[in-house]
Amino acid sequence: MELTAKERMAIERHSMAEQPPDLRNRNFKEVPYGYSPEEAVAEAQRCLSCKNKPCVSGCPVEVPIPEFIALIAEKKFAEAARVIKTKNVLPAVCGRVCPQENQCEGKCVRGKKDITQAVAIGNLERFVADYERENNLMELPEIPKKNGFKVAVIGSGPSGLTVAGDLIKLGYEVTIYEAFHRGGGVLVYGIPEFRLPKKIVETEIKALEDLGVKVYYNSVIGRLHKINDLFNIMGFNAVYIGVGAGLPIFLDIPGMNLNGVFSANEYLTRSNLMKSYLFPKYRTPMIIGKEVAVLGGGNVAMDSARTAMRLGAEKVTIVYRRAREQMPARAAEAHHAEEEKIEFKLLSNPVEIYGNEDGWATGMKCQRYELGEPDESGRQRPVPIENSFFEFDCDQVLVSIGGQANPLITSTTPDMKVNKWGYIEVDDWGRTNREFVYAGGDIVTGAATVISAMGAGRRAAKAIHEDLIKETDETLRPPDKE
Amino acid sequence: MYEILKKSEIFNVHKMVIKAPEIADSIQAGQFVIVMGNEYSERIPLTVSDWNTDTGTITLYILEVGISTLELARMKIGDSLYAVTGPLGVPSEIKNYGSVVLGGGCYGIGGIYPIAKACKETGNKVISIIEARYSFMFYHEKELHAVSDQVLYATSDGSKGKKGKVEDVIREMLEKGVKIDHAFFMGCTQMLERCSEVTRPYAIPTTVALNSIMLDGTGMCGACRVSVGGETKFTCVDGPEFDGHKVDWKELYTRKSAYVERETVVYQSYSHRWEVPKVKSA
Repeated sequence: MELTAKERMAIERHSMAEQPPDLRNRNFKEVPYGYSPEEAVAEAQRCLSCKNKPCVSGCPVEVPIPEFIALIAEKKFAEAARVIKTKNVLPAVCGRVCPQENQCEGKCVRGKKDITQAVAIGNLERFVADYERENNLMELPEIPKKNGFKVAVIGSGPSGLTVAGDLIKLGYEVTIYEAFHRGGGVLVYGIPEFRLPKKIVETEIKALEDLGVKVYYNSVIGRLHKINDLFNIMGFNAVYIGVGAGLPIFLDIPGMNLNGVFSANEYLTRSNLMKSYLFPKYRTPMIIGKEVAVLGGGNVAMDSARTAMRLGAEKVTIVYRRAREQMPARAAEAHHAEEEKIEFKLLSNPVEIYGNEDGWATGMKCQRYELGEPDESGRQRPVPIENSFFEFDCDQVLVSIGGQANPLITSTTPDMKVNKWGYIEVDDWGRTNREFVYAGGDIVTGAATVISAMGAGRRAAKAIHEDLIKETDETLRPPDKE
Repeated sequence: MYEILKKSEIFNVHKMVIKAPEIADSIQAGQFVIVMGNEYSERIPLTVSDWNTDTGTITLYILEVGISTLELARMKIGDSLYAVTGPLGVPSEIKNYGSVVLGGGCYGIGGIYPIAKACKETGNKVISIIEARYSFMFYHEKELHAVSDQVLYATSDGSKGKKGKVEDVIREMLEKGVKIDHAFFMGCTQMLERCSEVTRPYAIPTTVALNSIMLDGTGMCGACRVSVGGETKFTCVDGPEFDGHKVDWKELYTRKSAYVERETVVYQSYSHRWEVPKVKSA
């Protein structure tokens, strides 16, 4: 039964059922339960199938959104998942962690007046990916005959997995080098279980291994092998650098090295990758703060705050320099954090962390800020208010104010071109100044999103294919770039 | 991967020879690895004391001090470690200094060996000084003798060499006017600090290998941060070796003690509560 546009317009957006805040803020289970098939179909019927597909233009990897939603409306869930996978190798991940309100859903005509009424594209993407996985409907694509080229991918985060997935399907021999003992990069060490269950990431990596991708763990490139060795000794034809987040930044204020002050990277890695929330079964210990302050307003800050609450904090406060509307976190994360009784001290910036004689953090002094003139990014600049300070008690401080480039690879690779912040310089397709060396994700852009890293991986895979095949057989040239 | 080929115990210090050919091929003096015994383990940094590119092995000396090292110590020949990541850290700066003193205690007795060897190969006069509580706690001596012009001992009970510690031996040397152009120290933090204080008045360039708490070992987390000359450095990527005269020791002690309480509880109750989980190789 075909619905009219008017009928479609009459359907309200289906929110996803969630664990209630008072329950979930003490456990690590995923917060939203996911759609039922009925909810998914009903939500899919809200899509107007616009001719000009504004949603697709908002997606960094150009997922054919109206097409997959139409298949959901026809209850063809596994087919819908496969349509997504033509452009996005990790839909179960992206459905959960993409900032849809700034991407596809932000462009949806249904959300023009009220963004909360956009078609729930992310929820639908998650639904079909989960449906396919949970019902064992995942299909391995046909792998063409090996073309004889070997590609090394450094890092198994979102961009590395995308490159590996794209190239193995084109007939390349692909080897991933991962520094940690588990694959997934930020998806396993950074994003918590309650937002992205780790078994999803494991399934995706297993799927790549089933396609023939080799994954070497515990391999820190730059130390174990240098980039030149990958070419000269190991015989790779191309190398993709997707090593991700760099070194954490700490504020230049007194008290930053006190015990109880952590980078968000450390805190989340302990909890997520090392599973110290299951201590002592897992042996990595964790300091459990009673009153926790989190510095920053991004997704990582929200993840840290919500993790602290789940580990048993009595009070968790986010301290952010700008206003609520300017927080870079995904709207859903900030909303979830608020529901979980995390407090926000906005327009505030710490000037000192206080400690006791044993060297442990005990409190924080902050300065109040107000919004001034807009800066280059168009956001109103936060300006400190003179002589306006306040103090509060905290025994744990989680610093989540961003990072800087990790120099492990660039410092051991002669003549690799980097910008003044140490990030690798590439062209639009991920080519570095070194021939057959490509890079993408956070090591190029600085901290960004999972999906933009995947977009960079996709473009680099195309460039690698084009550059390597060009070397040999003209008839094997890939189709023109988009 | 990472199979334990040889294992022996020297009074609470455990020697392990592990199959890790790629690490053996790329490691240099002063670097370390991060090890997990099993998939539930912590990631702990350990200095590599020796390696052999022919057999594809690395040698670790593990001081049993907590639950992670206890679990490693309980592993047997033929078992495989879950993860060995490395080499990590900046290699020691090896050049012809002239006369070099290397001081080692605990795991550092083995730890100074590759640095001594590299110093010897670059033409230095190498004086190795090792300390232990009792004479029977020394190890890796034959190897150390082979790369040192002189090996001096210090024991707490006076059962071998000088009664006292490495710093007492050096102090005596300096007071006698022995020329030292560079000093390296590896061992517990107290030893590193005290030895650095002995060389400070003589302005002898002093390198200490720190053993901060680490997690990833690639610079990503900052757990291992340490103040050196007023600047925050990461032991894993900027170190592990730093100027011993510039390290903020007080801060380092505090940071190293962060987890003592939780670790002690778990360590003390270990045998009553858990079996070592089954080892699954990575």
